[in-house]
Amino acid sequence: MENYMKLEVPAKSCNESFVRAAVAAFSVQLDLSIEEMCDIKTAVSEAVTNSIVHGYANMKGIVKITCKVIDSVLEIEIADYGVGIEDVSQAMQPLFTSGPEGERSGMGFTVMQTFMDELLVKSKPGEGTVVTMKKRIGG
Amino acid sequence: MDINLETIGTTLVAKLSGEIDHHTAPHIRDAIDREMNIRNIVNLVLDFDNVTFMDSSGIGVIAGRYKEIQARGGKVMIIRVKPQVDKILEISGLKTILDCSH
Ligand SMILES: Nc1ncnc2c1ncn2[C@@H]1O[C@H](COP(=O)(O)OP(=O)(O)OP(=O)(O)O)[C@@H](O)[C@H]1O
Ligand SMILES: [Mg+2]
Repeated sequence: MENYMKLEVPAKSCNESFVRAAVAAFSVQLDLSIEEMCDIKTAVSEAVTNSIVHGYANMKGIVKITCKVIDSVLEIEIADYGVGIEDVSQAMQPLFTSGPEGERSGMGFTVMQTFMDELLVKSKPGEGTVVTMKKRIGG
Repeated sequence: MDINLETIGTTLVAKLSGEIDHHTAPHIRDAIDREMNIRNIVNLVLDFDNVTFMDSSGIGVIAGRYKEIQARGGKVMIIRVKPQVDKILEISGLKTILDCSH
């Protein structure tokens, strides 16, 4: 099976739950378990929230979401055109956060890594960040 | 997100319903903090029975309240945790420092 969907939303926190729900609705075609569905929603929430909180630092911007289904693999790409990340491997370390003032725990990337099978982060300061995640459904 | 607060002595019971994320976290934090400061709260019970979703923003909220309660010499308890929330609590390491039950 091959299918895809594209979504674009302004960087507003009220869109976090909408994007989670939209990706979940698209994923249903894969016949996934409740646990897999929950994993996907959580990982998507982390990436979209990061774009809004860090990428755009709560200023105006656009978050683009692309989902693809290729056989039993769900691929999700979340992109922003925000500030970007200087040091990606440092940012991905558990507990690393650049914004403790908003009570951030520095666990977003760790959650994405744990809940999905693959995680790829591409970023350039001043240009933006693209997070690509894959999950194989049914183990 | 809905939050229902009840004080029993020096213990605050916060019943949460709905989704905990970056959008709803400030509301939860402010509601609990206000109550903790008005009354002389020492212990905090978070009732997660109706929590349908939580991401790392929730970890931040819980960790922040834990620090404050610890400073007051009290305890934080999370009760009626559902499987979808259990996984993120586990990863966060919060389960090793808090009293969590299903
Ligand atoms: N889209 C992004 N644009 C710019 N910086 C980012 C982006 N995503 C992540 N970062 C950087 O990577 C760091 C780590 O992200 P991560 O999601 O792991 O933790 P956090 O967002 O700080 O805290 P939490 O997700 O636990 O609330 C962030 O603090 C930020 O500095
Ligand atoms: Mg994050």
